[in-house]
Amino acid sequence: MIALLLAQTIAITGGTVHTVSGTPIEHATVLVKDGVIVAVGADVAVPAGARVIDARGKVVTPGLFNGGTQLGLTEISAVQSNNEGSLSDNEVAASFNVAAGINPASQLIPVTRVEGITTTLSAPDGGLISGQAVVIDLAGETVADMLVARSAAMVANIAAKGAGGGSRAGVIARLRRVLDDAREYQRRRGDYQRAQIQPLAAAAADLQALQPVLAGTLPLVIRADRNSDIQAALDLAAEYKLRLIIADGAEAWMLADRLAAAHVPVILSPLTNIPSYDALGARYGNAGLLARAGVRIALTVGGDGSHNSRLVRQEAGNAVSYGMAWDEALRAVTLTPAEIYGLGARYGSLEKGKVANIVVWSGDPFEFSTRVEAVLIRGQEIPLTSRQTELRERYRTLPPAY
Amino acid sequence: MALLAAAGCASGGAAPSGAAAPAPAARADTSSAQRPQYPSTYRRHDYRPVLIRNATIMTAAGQEIAGGSILFRDGRIVAVGASVEAPADAIVVDGTGKYVTPGIIDTHSHLGVYAAPGTWAESDGNEATSPVTGEVWAEHSVWPQDPQIPLAVAGGVTVMQVLPGSANLIGGRSVVVRLIPARTVQEMKFPGARYGLKMACGENPKRVYQNRGPSTRMGNMAGYRDAFIAAEAYRRRWDAWLADPKGTPPERNLEQETLAGVLRGDIYVQNHCYRADEMAQMLDLAREFGFSIRSFHHAVEAYKIADLLAQAGSAASVWADWWGFKEEAMDGIQENAALLQQAGARTVIHSDSPSGIQRLNQEAAKAMYAGARAGIPVTRDQALRWITANPAWVLGIDSLVGTLEPGKVADVVLWSRDPFSVYSQALQVYNDGWLVYDRADAERRPRTDFELWQVPAPGVDR
Repeated sequence: MIALLLAQTIAITGGTVHTVSGTPIEHATVLVKDGVIVAVGADVAVPAGARVIDARGKVVTPGLFNGGTQLGLTEISAVQSNNEGSLSDNEVAASFNVAAGINPASQLIPVTRVEGITTTLSAPDGGLISGQAVVIDLAGETVADMLVARSAAMVANIAAKGAGGGSRAGVIARLRRVLDDAREYQRRRGDYQRAQIQPLAAAAADLQALQPVLAGTLPLVIRADRNSDIQAALDLAAEYKLRLIIADGAEAWMLADRLAAAHVPVILSPLTNIPSYDALGARYGNAGLLARAGVRIALTVGGDGSHNSRLVRQEAGNAVSYGMAWDEALRAVTLTPAEIYGLGARYGSLEKGKVANIVVWSGDPFEFSTRVEAVLIRGQEIPLTSRQTELRERYRTLPPAY
Repeated sequence: MALLAAAGCASGGAAPSGAAAPAPAARADTSSAQRPQYPSTYRRHDYRPVLIRNATIMTAAGQEIAGGSILFRDGRIVAVGASVEAPADAIVVDGTGKYVTPGIIDTHSHLGVYAAPGTWAESDGNEATSPVTGEVWAEHSVWPQDPQIPLAVAGGVTVMQVLPGSANLIGGRSVVVRLIPARTVQEMKFPGARYGLKMACGENPKRVYQNRGPSTRMGNMAGYRDAFIAAEAYRRRWDAWLADPKGTPPERNLEQETLAGVLRGDIYVQNHCYRADEMAQMLDLAREFGFSIRSFHHAVEAYKIADLLAQAGSAASVWADWWGFKEEAMDGIQENAALLQQAGARTVIHSDSPSGIQRLNQEAAKAMYAGARAGIPVTRDQALRWITANPAWVLGIDSLVGTLEPGKVADVVLWSRDPFSVYSQALQVYNDGWLVYDRADAERRPRTDFELWQVPAPGVDR
């Protein structure tokens, strides 16, 4: 059955195709075979036997990619037993990879994908170094099925003042010690094993897990809102030659030119504008100001970024209202997040050879009036149902027919 | 100097020179209950008459007038229609391509009582020291300099109900305020609005009080019933004395005074309640004590008992799509509001959020289109009423605000485009006829004291 589905050829025909990597193509066909896009264009022939999705008058985009969620790691926020995203006993949890905690049966997954979100970063939180985030596609019966990148990023939290003894200067100093000791550990592994080395700032497994970060092969996501914290993160990244990504970034707009010059992308929620002492400069214009300065932006959802991760469309629409170009906003929920997690060659645009995560919309993906017409994940059409649609049908007429 | 200092320390009650004269001493046979209780000092701000011309006027009273005009003067709507003459002294606003709606009203906010920047010092919304705190009044916590207030104004909100939080079975009195720059909450209080009594079902009270009780839902119910039984006796004592005010007045009890206000029908019950079965219990509680529940709040399962709510005449104030953050929120669906509307229940979209209050138009739009997609049609006028006329009813001010009709108070919002589009922005907000926000004019974008110096002045993108 699975094999049959995988072998299916699907042609999405006649739509306005936003490839993201290039200019939009009118009346175009996207041809999918074996889970991969094999052709995109206005003059693509539809092979005999292909399943045809008529997209005339509709909009076709890559599946949306929410670059900052805990999808699969939380079921009910207030129920401790089904939250898997943080370790309570390790503030430097670099070796903590959330993959094994992902629940493929999570009901959040269908609820989210029927809104056109096909791929997410699912990240740990808490502590100074929260652990390693994964990228998953929102379909599959096992974690292995879902995983796109088993270790997509290391996540650190510069506002974790407790981990720095109560001062952000202490947090930075501790982060520095951890990185220094990770280097030391790598250099003097033999001494470490013979116990001929001072105690290090973290457990061996965690120092080991930081090696790809120090090598610049694994991005380090640092969550920081305050201008000075983002500057500290930039300094750290320059000194240790890290592949830095800023997340949250409420005051990032103040550092737009520096972020652009350092080629450091920012993952943010455009609808963040409530002032706090760590983010007095929070404003709706953040995404637009950064984008105009040339900073690469990925959009996500503030607050409950898991249950509400589907609202990334609304966030993107508002980013447009407050200064981001529409094309940039679409890129910020498709190709840019794919690129910053090292998946740009396979995800985020409608191009030959890319994974067939595709959404057909009745109109502008960011508009409330738009309906999701079809969702493909790895070339398979996803049923547009969830626990919520079942509840709706059960109570459509009252009393319900139990 | 020494004398002054001594006077300053001697007594908090010493009137400094130049202050208003103290109230005359009370007679022994009267009660403080008969004196003014923190009255509104709201005054309408003078502003010139305004004519918005050639806009799409969405009245929330059944009409959507393309190329229409609206004239308001001295805080009242004078005319709405296809063509309205501009008086000589009117400011004329070109509404071409733009939309006009009533001011948005939020039935559920904690602005002012959970003010930004959100530290312990501004955390004044839950008197979580006892499960029944009918004696507290939200207005005694409201900080008018909450920097979240101007953000809500920029989203087109003109009136909100500020509620105590949901830690307690009975959390205290709400206050209905206008969103205007003010030094005191009294200046913001909406004259004539009903007080609400915040009550909360379910997980919150039984979690907060699990060690002292209530720790179960049946404990919650017993707690409400005990409180109202006490209030019945209190009400009888007071009603007897008020009918024949001779001799010593009964001793005041603030908690029971508020609950007696509910029993008399003067104070509206505003009930945080998620689950359908619990709402049905609360309807029975209200029947037991002879009051009605003006609105359920959050009510993520209201769609399961939409018929019961319609029958009881209780409104449901709901989110467009929040769900899943706790077990009693598991069954939230996007069609909740549309299904309520379909069943004839009074439907409201509320925020309960300093962020969400800034775009209630978007929240209503999401809920309206979710209904349409599922084959549960909702008219644009009905969806607009979810954030205007229906919340006005929940607060008891629907004869004054909530629609654009001649004679109504001039709470008016001018939108850049269809307010049900994600790209729409409030351009101008008139509160009681006063231009309180203008996206195009830096002088008309209010800032709180808190923002001065430390929060960068917003452009049009705050």
